[in-house]
Amino acid sequence: MKEEVHPKMYIYRRIVEAKLFIDQNYHQKIELRNISEKACFSKFHFLRLFKKAYGKSPHQYLTEVRIKKAKELLQSDRSVSDVCYAVGFDSIPSFTLLFKKCTGFSPKAYAEQQQHKQQQKKQTPFQFIPNCFAENFGWKE
Amino acid sequence: MITNLTHASVYVIDQESARDFYVNKLGFEEKMNIPIGEGAFWLTVSPKDQPNLEITLMPIHKGGMFKPEIAAQLDNLVKSGTFGFGVFESKDIYATYQELKDKGVEFTKEPTEEFYGIEAMFKDDSGNWFSLVQVKPE
Repeated sequence: MKEEVHPKMYIYRRIVEAKLFIDQNYHQKIELRNISEKACFSKFHFLRLFKKAYGKSPHQYLTEVRIKKAKELLQSDRSVSDVCYAVGFDSIPSFTLLFKKCTGFSPKAYAEQQQHKQQQKKQTPFQFIPNCFAENFGWKE
Repeated sequence: MITNLTHASVYVIDQESARDFYVNKLGFEEKMNIPIGEGAFWLTVSPKDQPNLEITLMPIHKGGMFKPEIAAQLDNLVKSGTFGFGVFESKDIYATYQELKDKGVEFTKEPTEEFYGIEAMFKDDSGNWFSLVQVKPE
């Protein structure tokens, strides 16, 4: 049998599985207790191991994933409430508050800003590309 | 005085596939994705904790960028794994190694103790290779 790269690789495997579970199910209701049970750890042990591997608690990581997805969705023309529920939040005020805390903008302001930027990228794309690349590679011709 | 690096280029065979690799497998953030003509894009990504460094995933574009013979040479060099582009850092290399392996990333070196820390090596979907290091605490 092939030797493992780390004697406790089986632990890493379970922690990574839990992280990937969050990545794939962020839009659903996720309880720390359920993930730790799934990974076969006690709640406290799981929290400690997850934090060691990813530098944040599973809850902080889940919030980060949800906000990241919300930022992506807000670049389309979906409404704030639609985005809020699509990424797993169940209250618009708490989503708005958390989004502002993480990005510095309200979801509505962020969406407007991003949609304006998208428009600019379409109209004047070379404003966003360092000129040295555009000129050297002949993209402007 | 030079203060920092803002853009670094990696030549890739297929930009769409490279985008999927860097965003969905490595977990980088897409910063720019702007059409520049002839099916090519100004496509940049950043590692999560380094938003000011944009890695440009440059197409080996047979149109405006390179003469056909140069594009063919570069294409061969990239595919044959000639270029090593850099060193990425991880706080916990075993977790990162396991996650990337689960996502199908090809490793050419498993995490190994070196004098500067623990190092693994992997290839992107074009053939460029990178080192992944967990630096030894001082």
